[in-house]
Amino acid sequence: MTFVRGLVCRECGRGVPQGPLHVCEHCFGPLEVDYDYAAIHRTLTRRRIETGPLSIWRYRDLLPLDGEPIVGRHVGMTPLVHARNLGEAWGLRELYLKNDAVCHPTWSFKDRVVSVAVSKARELGLDTVACASTGNLANSVAAHAAEAGLPAYVFVPTGLEPGKVLGTLVYGAVLLVVEGTYDDVNRLCSELADRRPWAFVNVNLRPYYAEGSKTVGYEIAEQLGWRAPAHVVVPCAGGALLTKIRKALGELRDLGLVEAAPTRMHAAQPAGCAPIVTMIREGRDALTPVRPDTIAKSLAIGNPADGYYAAAAVRESGGWAAHATDDEILEAMELLARTEGIFAETAGGVTLAATRKLVAEGRIGPDGPVVVCITGSGLKTVEPLEPRLPAPLRVGASLASVEAVLPELQPTTTR
Amino acid sequence: MPVLVRIPTPLRRHTGGTADVYAKGKDVGELIDDLDRQFPGLRDRLVDETGELRRFINIYLNQEDVRFLQGKESLVKDGDEVSIVPAIAGGR
Repeated sequence: MTFVRGLVCRECGRGVPQGPLHVCEHCFGPLEVDYDYAAIHRTLTRRRIETGPLSIWRYRDLLPLDGEPIVGRHVGMTPLVHARNLGEAWGLRELYLKNDAVCHPTWSFKDRVVSVAVSKARELGLDTVACASTGNLANSVAAHAAEAGLPAYVFVPTGLEPGKVLGTLVYGAVLLVVEGTYDDVNRLCSELADRRPWAFVNVNLRPYYAEGSKTVGYEIAEQLGWRAPAHVVVPCAGGALLTKIRKALGELRDLGLVEAAPTRMHAAQPAGCAPIVTMIREGRDALTPVRPDTIAKSLAIGNPADGYYAAAAVRESGGWAAHATDDEILEAMELLARTEGIFAETAGGVTLAATRKLVAEGRIGPDGPVVVCITGSGLKTVEPLEPRLPAPLRVGASLASVEAVLPELQPTTTR
Repeated sequence: MPVLVRIPTPLRRHTGGTADVYAKGKDVGELIDDLDRQFPGLRDRLVDETGELRRFINIYLNQEDVRFLQGKESLVKDGDEVSIVPAIAGGR
C-alpha cells in the first residue's frame, strides 16, 4: 500500500510521475514527494505507529516507498536521552539528546535516508547505487548496498578521516577520492548522474532519500510522549535534516497526532563553514557559498543544497542559529562525553557548542523540551581529539606499581 | 573561440537532445547569449528578468563555480569547459 501520488515541484507546483528525478523540467525547482494526506489521515493513528516495528518503518505510511523496504529493517528508534547533568548546568529541566551516534548499522543518521533510498532504487528498477559524501553517507550507502546485493560507487573529497574511509571499503564498495572539496564532489556526481543509469541516493533519488530524515522528527515527538519539542538544535551540512525535522513535526500536527505547539528550529554549523548560520544571523536574503575550513568534515558543505530552505525554516519557526570554532567543537565533544557519557563525532560537538551559545544568548530557554540532535559517532572522528587527551599511563602488572602512581591520578570530571 | 558547454537533461529539449554543445564569447555572459542564438529560449532558462543567474542553476567554468569567479563576467578562452548543473535541493 502506498500514499505516494508522485513527485511535485516545490517552486512551480507541476506534478510528475515517480522516477529517478530531482529537478523540475520547467523551472529547475526541487521535486518533492506528493502524498495523499487525506488518506493518511484516515489510516494513521498513534496506536498504528506504536504497534509497528521498533525502527523507522513504524512511520512507513509517511515514507515514500510503494512496497516493503528491502534493506535497513533495524534502522532508527535511537534513544532520546534525558540529559540531566547538562540540563542542570544550563538551567534546562527538559534537555534531551537524540542520539543517532548509535543508529544501526553505521552509527549515523544517514542510515535513515539510505535505507529509504536504496529500497526506492530497487522499486525504480535501478541496479547500482552511488553517492557524493562527506563520510557518514559513504559508510551507510556501502553497508546498505551490500545488504541489497547491489554494487556501490562512493565519491568523497580528499582529507576524509581514516575511519570513514575504512568504514566504506569494508563493505566492498568502490571508493573514489575526488581531488577537491565536497562541493566539487557534489558537482561531479550531478554531472555523472546525468550520464549513468545509477541511483545516486543524494542526487537523482534525493526527493525520496531526504524524506528519510523526517523519521528523526517523528521519533522525537513519539519519545516525548507525543509532544512537539519547544526547541530543536540541528547540525546543518546541506540543510535537509533541519527542514525535514520541521516538516515531520508539521505533519504530525496536521494529522492530529501531536498538540499544535510550536517548535523553534535552530541551525548549528562550524565557524569554518557556516553559510546557513551567517544567512540567518545577518538577516541576509542570499546565501553566499564558502570554502570550508573546519575539523567538522561531515558538515563541510560550502554551497548547501537546501540552504535557502533551511534558513527559511529557521526564520518561520522563530528559531535562531549559532556556529562553533574548532576549539569549541572539541571542548563540546569532551563536555558531552564527560557529563552524559556520549561520544559524538565532531558534528555533535558543533551542535552542542551551538546549543550552549543559544542558551547563553537567551534564544533557548526552559519553556519546554529542548532536543539536541547528535547525528554521528565519535569513533569516526578521533583524529582532532587525540592531541587534547592525556596519554594512558603504562604500569606493571603488580599491585605495587599501581599503588605507586594512583595517588597522583584523578579522572577528569565536570562535576 | 569555441568553448565546450555541457547541457543537463532538463535543458536538452532546447538542444535537440544533445549533451555537449559549443559556444563562443569572451565571458560566460556572452556564451549564454551565443547559446540562445543557437538554441532560442535557452537564456531564459538560465537567467532571470534582471539578468542574474537563476537560483537553482549552477554554472561551472573548468570545474569552478562561477560565483567564486566573476559570475557572468568570468572570462573564458579557447578550450575551456563549461558545465551547467541544476542545483541539488530537497523539499521542505
